[in-house]
Amino acid sequence: MSFLDLKNVTKIYPNGTKAVHETSLSVDEGEFMVFVGPSGCGKSTLLRMVAGLEDITDGDINLDGKLINNVDPSERDVAMVFQNYALYPHMNVYNNLAYGLKNRGIDKKTIEQKVNDAAKLLQISEFLQRKPSMLSGGQRQRVAMGRAIVRNPKIFLFDEPLSNLDAKLRIQMRLEIKKLQQKVGVTSIFVTHDQVEAMTLADRLAVINDGIIEQLGTPIEIYNNPKSLFVAGFIGSPQMNFLDGNLKNKTLSAEGFEIRDINSDFEGDVTLGIRPEHLIQSDNALINLKVELVEQLGSDNLVYGQLKNKNDFCYRCPGNQKVENGTELNLQIDENKYYIFDKSSGKRVN
Amino acid sequence: MTKLFTSGFSHLILFIGIFIMIVPVWMIFASSTHTSSVINMGGLQMFLGESFYDNYLRVLLYKGGFFKEITALKMFFNSFIMATGVAILSVVTSLMAAYALVYYRIKYASFLFWIIFITILVPLELRIFPTYSIMAELNLVNSYFGLIVPISASAIATLFFRQFYKTVPDELLESAKLDGANTWRFFIDFLIPLSKTMIVAMLIFMFVFGYNQYLWPLLVTTSEQYWTVVMGLKMMSGSIVHRFAFVIMSMVPPILIIVVLQKHFIKGVFQDK
Ligand SMILES: Nc1ncnc2c1ncn2[C@@H]1O[C@H](COP(=O)(O)OP(=O)(O)OP(=O)(O)O)[C@@H](O)[C@H]1O
Ligand SMILES: [Mg+2]
Repeated sequence: MSFLDLKNVTKIYPNGTKAVHETSLSVDEGEFMVFVGPSGCGKSTLLRMVAGLEDITDGDINLDGKLINNVDPSERDVAMVFQNYALYPHMNVYNNLAYGLKNRGIDKKTIEQKVNDAAKLLQISEFLQRKPSMLSGGQRQRVAMGRAIVRNPKIFLFDEPLSNLDAKLRIQMRLEIKKLQQKVGVTSIFVTHDQVEAMTLADRLAVINDGIIEQLGTPIEIYNNPKSLFVAGFIGSPQMNFLDGNLKNKTLSAEGFEIRDINSDFEGDVTLGIRPEHLIQSDNALINLKVELVEQLGSDNLVYGQLKNKNDFCYRCPGNQKVENGTELNLQIDENKYYIFDKSSGKRVN
Repeated sequence: MTKLFTSGFSHLILFIGIFIMIVPVWMIFASSTHTSSVINMGGLQMFLGESFYDNYLRVLLYKGGFFKEITALKMFFNSFIMATGVAILSVVTSLMAAYALVYYRIKYASFLFWIIFITILVPLELRIFPTYSIMAELNLVNSYFGLIVPISASAIATLFFRQFYKTVPDELLESAKLDGANTWRFFIDFLIPLSKTMIVAMLIFMFVFGYNQYLWPLLVTTSEQYWTVVMGLKMMSGSIVHRFAFVIMSMVPPILIIVVLQKHFIKGVFQDK
């Protein structure tokens, strides 16, 4: 059994909303697990069930070898960082950090030492006497982290803790969270709907859709090998291009081109997925793209345009390559890097 | 220029208002420092006289009432006990009632709340007979307990605290829970400090409410030992200057409470912002 074990966990809210469907998941000790998915898919619900803030309708949760279904949140020894930080507004930073330790009956001297250590680690030592209202967003974020770290809990839970920060600070805090987690080595679950955040932070990633884990794996595994249309569309930026097609006798025919010798026995309507970065310009091309807009990011150019059948399409090329609006590009798929999904079920078939 | 004019104008209005309110009080105070004969002959006085100590000391220590058993000093003591008791008891019960209504999973919590709220429509005067008979059966007539308890359940304070608790974000409770706080600790460590300013405001409000009670103390006390200041205003016999002195003194405790507690009230407001 791993450190955290969810077995067939289901959540049905009193109003009948089924937020999580029979989900099973294991998290190893020291692992950084990220739940990612669109809004309303049940990520927070799943996290809150681990914390004990929501009752579990069905299934089992084991933490550190102990069934915790009915253990009160105060006894679970988990720490959570909330989206709005939920700092204690009437206590100064020191007491915000110390409160959880005081409740555990730890003596004053030890508390002081632990708080000071955590404050140093997070570089908030100079704010210890301030109230949360006198801190900036980033500083509050650190205090929230400090409150989690200082208790040295079995598991850290993060529910979109970076979404209230501006873009630059977000990237900075993202790095710091990752570094901190590696330094402290505490098992963590991080919830986000931002796939870049998910990819950069995760040891392993759970892509959740509609209360179901669609795919579980390392970020690279999921990027390279999406198991479903949903995962393929969700992971990767800019989004994967999707084209309609038909698969028969190992030959895929889409509008305007064919691909032969596909390693799949599936027959019927399919969706072909191609990532913008898996295309190269070439003379014997499959795809003809009429350029409408070029976004120059410096390192890369994102080329947006339409195919012959008016399908929107995106192509990513190195930044030193000049692309003019209105020109036509001939594109070839890079070394069989394409994905074929059953159109009706969304399952990967190649 | 117009700004100066409007601010000058509004100050003028404020001064007129203050003047209208202060002058009668001042006249009573000034009159209470004269001897009775001055008042009887010259009417109300605008300027201070010489008998301040004589009049006030006499009023405080004179044994009045039908049986000559009660001094004004004792009345002040009684009123103070009663008002403080009402203030503390009603704030404590309202805090806890609101806490239960908001944070416990009580099935018909909002229905229960409206039941409590409806009691605002049933003032003491309306339920005075049953309340009295309960107190009589419990043998609580002529006791501080009997004076305080029946008017110490405050639907208004419960309403205020409930509305305030509802604005406290859920995450606060949740992270407190994860920090190992049980329901009691959450109440003590979070809700009470967070509602500090509101508690002070309610204490002032309920103190004045308790202090101003007239009908209930009149009913539930037969012994003069339990007379309160407001009852005394009616019952006190004596010359006109002594009554004036008593009136003036009766205003002091509520003003004092407001002045003392308002400091905390304002401090609390500024600290939390
Ligand atoms: N208290 C509740 N009562 C009823 N339904 C709820 C409750 N909380 C959440 N839900 C529903 O459960 C589903 C999952 O909600 P959840 O908060 O887990 O989504 P999420 O993945 O965290 O979304 P977001 O990214 O927007 O935070 C949603 O459809 C939501 O409407
Ligand atoms: Mg959420």
